[in-house]
Amino acid sequence: MLEMIATTKKYETVKTEEVTVWFKAASVNDFPKDGGACVKYKDLQIAVFNFTRLNKWYATQNLSPEKQEMVLSRGMIGDHKGIPMVACPLHKRIFSLEDGSNLNGDLEPMATYPVKIIDGFVHIGFAH
Amino acid sequence: MKTIIVVGNGMVGYKFCEKFVAHEKSENFKLVVFGEEPRPAYDRVHLSEYFESQDAKALEMAPKEWYLENQIELVTSERVLDINRDSKTISTSKDRIFSYDYLVLATGSSPFVPPIKGVEKKGVFVYRTIEDLEGMLAYAADLKKTKPNAKAAVLGGGLLGLEAGKAVLDMGLEPHIVEFAPKLMPRQLDSRSSNVLQLKLESIGLNIHLSKATNQILGNGSIEGMEFGEDDLLYVDMLIISAGIRPRDELAKTCGLEVGVRGGIVVNNKMQTADEHIYAIGEVALLNQMIYGLVAPGYDMADVAVKQILGEAESDMPTDIDMSTKLKLIGIDVASFGEPFMPASKGHSIIYEDKTKFLYKRINVSHDRKKLLGGILVGDASDYNMLHQVYMNGMPIPEEPAQLILPSSDGATAFGNVMDLPDEAQVCSCESVTKGQICGVIENGEAKDLADVVSCTKAGTGCGGCKPMVKDITEASLKSLGIEVKDSICEHFDYNRQDLYKIIQVKGYTTFNEVLDNHGNGGHGCELCKPVVASLMASIHADTANKEYAIQDSNDRFLANIQRNGTYSVVPRVPGGEITPDKLIALGEIAKKYDLYTKITGGVRVDLFGATLKQLPLIWKDLIAHGFESGHAYGKSLRTVKTCVGSTWCRYGMDESVSFGIELENRYRGIRAPHKIKGGVSGCIRECAEARGKDFGLIAVEGGWNLYVGGNGGANPRHAELFAEQIDNETVIKYLDRYLMLYMRTAKPLQRTAAWQERLEGGIDYLKEVVIDDKLGIAKDLEEEMQTLVNKFECEWTQAVNDPEMMKRFNHFVNSKEEDDNLVFVPMREQKMPEPWK
Repeated sequence: MLEMIATTKKYETVKTEEVTVWFKAASVNDFPKDGGACVKYKDLQIAVFNFTRLNKWYATQNLSPEKQEMVLSRGMIGDHKGIPMVACPLHKRIFSLEDGSNLNGDLEPMATYPVKIIDGFVHIGFAH
Repeated sequence: MKTIIVVGNGMVGYKFCEKFVAHEKSENFKLVVFGEEPRPAYDRVHLSEYFESQDAKALEMAPKEWYLENQIELVTSERVLDINRDSKTISTSKDRIFSYDYLVLATGSSPFVPPIKGVEKKGVFVYRTIEDLEGMLAYAADLKKTKPNAKAAVLGGGLLGLEAGKAVLDMGLEPHIVEFAPKLMPRQLDSRSSNVLQLKLESIGLNIHLSKATNQILGNGSIEGMEFGEDDLLYVDMLIISAGIRPRDELAKTCGLEVGVRGGIVVNNKMQTADEHIYAIGEVALLNQMIYGLVAPGYDMADVAVKQILGEAESDMPTDIDMSTKLKLIGIDVASFGEPFMPASKGHSIIYEDKTKFLYKRINVSHDRKKLLGGILVGDASDYNMLHQVYMNGMPIPEEPAQLILPSSDGATAFGNVMDLPDEAQVCSCESVTKGQICGVIENGEAKDLADVVSCTKAGTGCGGCKPMVKDITEASLKSLGIEVKDSICEHFDYNRQDLYKIIQVKGYTTFNEVLDNHGNGGHGCELCKPVVASLMASIHADTANKEYAIQDSNDRFLANIQRNGTYSVVPRVPGGEITPDKLIALGEIAKKYDLYTKITGGVRVDLFGATLKQLPLIWKDLIAHGFESGHAYGKSLRTVKTCVGSTWCRYGMDESVSFGIELENRYRGIRAPHKIKGGVSGCIRECAEARGKDFGLIAVEGGWNLYVGGNGGANPRHAELFAEQIDNETVIKYLDRYLMLYMRTAKPLQRTAAWQERLEGGIDYLKEVVIDDKLGIAKDLEEEMQTLVNKFECEWTQAVNDPEMMKRFNHFVNSKEEDDNLVFVPMREQKMPEPWK
């Protein structure tokens, strides 16, 4: 149980104004169009989504809030009633890419991180 | 507590039990039911289906457990022999005595066997019980061994006789119908409609002999022929007698209850016999000096008897009992309602006849042309439900009554909306369900779709004739509540899968965005529509899942099955389940090399579990080097064609099931469909490959393969239905190409063939018309589309490992070569498994 609390706390939403580190993750070409891939930062796994249709990038935890498995980056993305979302590949639980909330249930929200593109490279914002 | 004994466990006897259980006062009574047949009540109306399915369970009204659950004591294989009215007891064939407070006689009827010389010969059968059918099947099978062109006759051209005629056809014998009257179905049809029916039956191979009185049955021990007159003979090898029924009223006679001159226990309109403690219902009851040989009045009688016994003294049978019927005889619609034959003194008849299409429609209207009095439909009874309702409810008819039956040029119906029916209109006469009841369960929220309506009201569960109308009322009723009945695939499209299929095919789209931008609702897609479009692209263009991998479902995206902890399992194809020792060793060695958990799957292949994303292409390079290819266990596509060992090794085998299984698996491999597809091929009727539990199944028989379609295991197991008999390999492939392609074109997303087939209007008969008879003229297109997919097949794993760009996706991290550090495996039975979920 202690371990669980530790893992959940490991991923906490970072707002743009809290960013202290912009981590240069990978080239934009390494991410599929309208899909995601996983980035390693220290001991964190971050799911990064290239939402080409919206011309937007999103970053969230890779950990599924439902089953604590590292799978969210492999989920399909799209929108649920207009809200950009990712569907977990395990049981199709869907989460808002904007605020991390679970859109078809009451699971814990996932942590979200700011993303910016500099010179064709994806940068993810962390507080430390 | 009082005891009710029901003698007879047929359809009406069962209905008595059902109505009893549903009644609120039933707990003060104990119910004991006797049936002389070895099995609980079954659907005798659909008896001829037994020849196709040979599945007695499928015909059951309710399984044995149902009686147990409802505290009904069901005694089968025991016949009630005597009634002692003074002591209120019965005695049985096993010398047991039971007391009753109320006795219900539901003994039904027995076939009438006319006293013809030689009727006792072997090969002469009656048509009434499953045991009769089993006897015929065994006899016919023996006959065909020595005489492939054996003939069988049915004595009697009435309703049951024609059902028996279908049985003869299904058994593969040359069918003959012998009728005493100068026309078929003399009780239900007028001469012209009977003639149309006869033409149609002859066109499908039945030989009809009218105005024939059989003098004797010829043969030495076994039947060899029938003699009508001195020089008028018909040589047949088997005879099924279906010359009417006789009520089984012997119990009543022995205990002194009044019976009719021509049989039947006399009852009043409360279904009570002369003894107030004894009731009679169904075909044994003589009510208004009539025997009612139909299910609906029988069910009403059961209902009245239950209510009377349980204290509702005011319940009784109506004076006018509706004898309207709609049937499918050998696939031909036949219906009559109200007064089918009407003397000219009562009104006019309007008749529409088209012998080229085997169509006949007659309606009888009152002299003032305001009321519909009755009618007959042959060949197309699709208007029956509405006509019947108009008749039953005395609804107004168009000024030009002929519009009711004339084919309209614009497809519009002459009737108004089903919602115009009064609430009390009885839609389902078997279960006495009114239009008001159907609308009621929808309005109070109990039912949200057709399936709910059926389970809430039981409408359509009897003869099934009212199903189309129940569907129409349900849809119209949902619509009136503002509930849109649409089957669009998700919020991003207003189209269903079939619409999108056509759109993509006609417009030639090749990407998801093209489809979404041109035909979507302005959104960005979701986990529902993306895999559907991906599957359609595959079905139409033979695209593999590599082409646009971000729209693929979880498993297709990485060409493997995602498991509990986010690792994958790998299943190489083993066509037909045939594998060399070397390949088997290679599988073992590869599993060992990557430390994979190994298991034989339900589809008899080898599944290798616990592979990480990074390992997947490495494992596949090794597998491909040993001659394996993708097994598509991750796709909504063909999984396996399971085979028994067949005639290559088996001493019972009739054909090479393995060879044909391999051919079929290799033909349909990789083709993506609305859902997974499984096949099976058995080398003989022992059916070791369990082919009838598959989407398509083949069983080798004398003279070819029997093809079954639409089976599955899973949560709602279903046997595949017989589709074609004794066909050769080439024909199997032709029919399967067409069948599968039609399924791929028209099914809903994630709908297996069984559910698709079940919901297809017209059912299996319609499928046969389209696939076998090419009614829609699309067979050639279907075959060509399938052949294109077959020709374009490419192993998507071979494609992926040979393309560096495609390989990029098989890494856990986009910026590191490390593996997922979250994975924890624990040991289990000498192998490993993922740590259990907390």
